[in-house]
Amino acid sequence: MSPKTQRRKSPISEIKTAAIPRVSRSLISPSLLHPLSLLSAGDLSVEDVQSILSLADLLEKEDPLRRDRRLFKRRVSLLFYESSTRTRTSFELAAKALGADTSLVSAQSSSIEKGESLKDTGITLKALGAECIILRSPYSGAPYLLAEATGLPILNAGDGMHEHPSQALLDLRTILAHVKAGARVSETTLQGVTVTICGDIFHSRVARSNVLLLPRLGARIILCGPAPLLPDFAALLAPGVVIERDFDRALDQSQVVMMLRIQAERLAGLSLDLDEYKARYQANADRINAHAPKALIMHPGPMIRGLEITSEVADGAQSAIAEQVRNGVAIRMALIMRALSGDTKPRAKAEKRGAR
Amino acid sequence: MNSISVNSILIRGGQLIDPASGIDAPRDLLLADGRVAAVDAPGKFKPNGAEVIDAKGLVVAPGLVDIHVHLREPGQGYKETIATGTAAAAAGGFTTVCAMPNTVPVNDSPETTRWMQSPERGAAIRVFPIAAATRGSMGEALTEYGSLKAAGAVAVTDDGKPILGDGIMRAALTAAARANLPVIQHAEDTRLTGGCSMNAGALAFRLGLRGMPTEAESGLVERDIRLLAEVKDTRAHLHVAHLSTKAALDAVRRARRNGLRVTCEVAPHHFVLNEEAVGNYNTNAKMNPPLRSEQDRKAMIEGIIDGSVDCIATDHAPHATHEKEQEFERAPNGITGLESALGLAVAFLHLGHNLPLSRVIALLSSQPANVLGLKGRGTLAVGSMADVVIFDSGKEWTFKASDSKSKSKNTPFDGWTLRGQVAMTISEGRVVYRRT
Repeated sequence: MSPKTQRRKSPISEIKTAAIPRVSRSLISPSLLHPLSLLSAGDLSVEDVQSILSLADLLEKEDPLRRDRRLFKRRVSLLFYESSTRTRTSFELAAKALGADTSLVSAQSSSIEKGESLKDTGITLKALGAECIILRSPYSGAPYLLAEATGLPILNAGDGMHEHPSQALLDLRTILAHVKAGARVSETTLQGVTVTICGDIFHSRVARSNVLLLPRLGARIILCGPAPLLPDFAALLAPGVVIERDFDRALDQSQVVMMLRIQAERLAGLSLDLDEYKARYQANADRINAHAPKALIMHPGPMIRGLEITSEVADGAQSAIAEQVRNGVAIRMALIMRALSGDTKPRAKAEKRGAR
Repeated sequence: MNSISVNSILIRGGQLIDPASGIDAPRDLLLADGRVAAVDAPGKFKPNGAEVIDAKGLVVAPGLVDIHVHLREPGQGYKETIATGTAAAAAGGFTTVCAMPNTVPVNDSPETTRWMQSPERGAAIRVFPIAAATRGSMGEALTEYGSLKAAGAVAVTDDGKPILGDGIMRAALTAAARANLPVIQHAEDTRLTGGCSMNAGALAFRLGLRGMPTEAESGLVERDIRLLAEVKDTRAHLHVAHLSTKAALDAVRRARRNGLRVTCEVAPHHFVLNEEAVGNYNTNAKMNPPLRSEQDRKAMIEGIIDGSVDCIATDHAPHATHEKEQEFERAPNGITGLESALGLAVAFLHLGHNLPLSRVIALLSSQPANVLGLKGRGTLAVGSMADVVIFDSGKEWTFKASDSKSKSKNTPFDGWTLRGQVAMTISEGRVVYRRT
C-alpha cells in the first residue's frame, strides 16, 4: 500500500467518483418491473401513446360480442385504497367489456384493515390468479412497490400526489378530438395548443401526469394557482411549462382549460381564503366569456361546483367534462389490453424510463 | 522497551497513521494488556512471545470511533442488538460506538445506561451510551445528567426528535455544561416537516412527496446557537448531529468564529449521495435528515475539507426488511452505515477529493473522540487503549448488504465498489474482526 501514490489533483467542487458506480436512478431493480405496467405518464414514448390511442379507438368501435372474447376469463384485480367513482367504475367496465374477470379489493372491506401490507396484498392477489393489478393508493410511489413485489403489470390508477397516467391519456384523447380530430400522434401534434391547468397543482396527480404527457406532443402548458398550491419549482416538471398566476392572462392564451379541485383532504393544515380563491381562480361564465370564449373546458372530477367552477361553465357548451369520463372507458380498455398482451414474465425496461 | 507481557500483540511492517500524535510513517506497534505499549521504527521490537501481525502494505490506524449509532437495544432486537451492531462496527473498523437513546424504552435512566454496557450484552467493542436529554425524550423535563454521566453516558440528546422549546433547550445546555456533557441536537424544526419524507424541492414535487425544507434544519441550528450564546458563560457545548445543509454549516462556522463551543458531524450518505438517489421511491434512500440537493452535498465535502466539520458519524439506523418494504411515506427513516463508512470516506474524500488519508482517519477517530471527550480513544499514543484498525487503503472491494454483520440490510450502497478494506480490528487488545 501507499496512501500517497493514489492521490489525484481535483478541485473541491469537482466530484470525482471514478471508484464508485453511479447510483442507479432507481435502486428498485428495473428488471423487476413489468414492461407493460403504466406507473408514470413520463414512461410512455410517443409511439406508446400513439398505439394506446389507436387501440382505444379500435376497441371502442368494436362489436361488443367480439370484444368480449379478447380477454375472456383473464383475471384483473382492482386494488383500491382510496375512494373513487370514475376511475374505479371505468376500469371495471373496461375490463369487463374485454371479457375479463374482475375482482375489487378495497381497503375498508379486506385484510388491509387488519394490517396486511401492500406487498402481501399483491402477493395474495397474484396467488389468486391476478394477471394485472390496477392500484389506487393514497401513497405516492406505491405502484412501484407493488410492481416490484409481484412482477405483474401494474396500472397506476392514482398514487397519492404523484400521478394518474390513465387520466392524462383520456384527457389527451378528449383534447385531440376537439383540436386535432383524426390526427396521428407525433411530437408536434399539439404544437400551437396551450393548455392551462388551474387550481391545486401541488396536490394533483392529474396535473403531474398531464404536465409530463402533453408537452411531449408539443403542447405548451400554463400552470395557474396561488403559491401555496403551486410552488415556483413546478415549472421544472417538464420543458415548455410556465407559471402564470393571473388566471385571466392564462385564459387569454389558452385553447384548453383544465380546472382542478382544492384537495381539502390533503391540505395538511394549509388554510386558504376561499372567497379570495374564487375571486381569482374560479372558472365562471363572466371570466370564460371574456377571456376564453372558445376554449375547451375540462375537469378530471370530482368537481366542487361553486368553488373552482360554476355550474354554468361545467354544464355549458364548452364543457368536455362528461366526454372525459366517457373516454375513460376506451383508454382503460386499451391499457388493460396492452398490459395483458405480452407474456407476463418481467423484462428489463430501463431504457424506457423517463429522466428523473 | 522490550519487556513484553503475555497478552501482547506486535503489529509489524505497516504504515502507522495516528493523527493525534502526528505520525504518518512506517512504524511497528506494540500492544500489551489492552493498551498501546510502544511505537517504534520498523524492526525495533523483538516478538518475545507476542502475537505477531504482519501489516506489510497496510495502514495501521487508531480504531475508528462512531459517535452516532442506533443499536436498537433495549426493545427492538429484531432490528439490531448490541451484539450484532457492534459486530458490524468491528467489521467496519470501529472500536468505539456511541449508542443513541431512542430505544424502547428510551434510555433516560442510569439503570438503562448501565444495562447497555453490561457484559451480558455481548458487545464486540466499546459502547458508550448517549442518554436522553429529557425524560422519555418528550422535551418536557430534563433527565438527571449527573447520575447519567456517573453511569457512563457521554452526552445527552433526544435524537430522532429535536428539543424544540427554547426554555427546555436552554435548561439542557446549562445543566449539561454543569455535568460537563455535550448536548447533541437532532436539528429539525418539526413544525415545518409534518408529513414530509424527503428533501423539499423540484424532485420532491415531481415525485408527489412532501419535502423537508433546509430551513427546518438551519433554523433550529441558528436557534440553538442563539441559546448557546445566552448561556455562554457556562461553557456549554452544543453538538449538531448529522448536519446536512450548507445553511446550517454556515451557522456553525459563524458561531465558532464568535467563540461558541459548537461542533458538528456529517454522515457518509450526506457527502456521497444527493436526493436523486430516492429514484423511484427507494426506501433505502430515506433517512432523516433527508438526502439533500447536490449543492448541499458539495457543501458537506467542502466543510469536511476546510475543517468546519468535526467528524464523520454514520447514524447507523438498522430497520427490518419488512419495515422498509413499505410505501415510501410509511417506511421508517434510516440506513445502516457502520460497514460502509470507511470505504466511502476513502473513496470519496481521499481518492475523490485528495484529502490526505491521515485527515480521513482523524475525522473517523481522534476528532469524534475529542468531540465527546472519550479519553484514550481514537489515538495510538502510548498508554491509550489498544484500539486499532488495520486496513488496505488502496484495495477496491464490493460492499454486499448480504454479507453484513448487522441484523438489518437497509443500505443504499449494496453492490457499490468501495476503497479501503478493513483487514483486522483490535479492541482493547483483543482481535474482534479478522477478514477471512
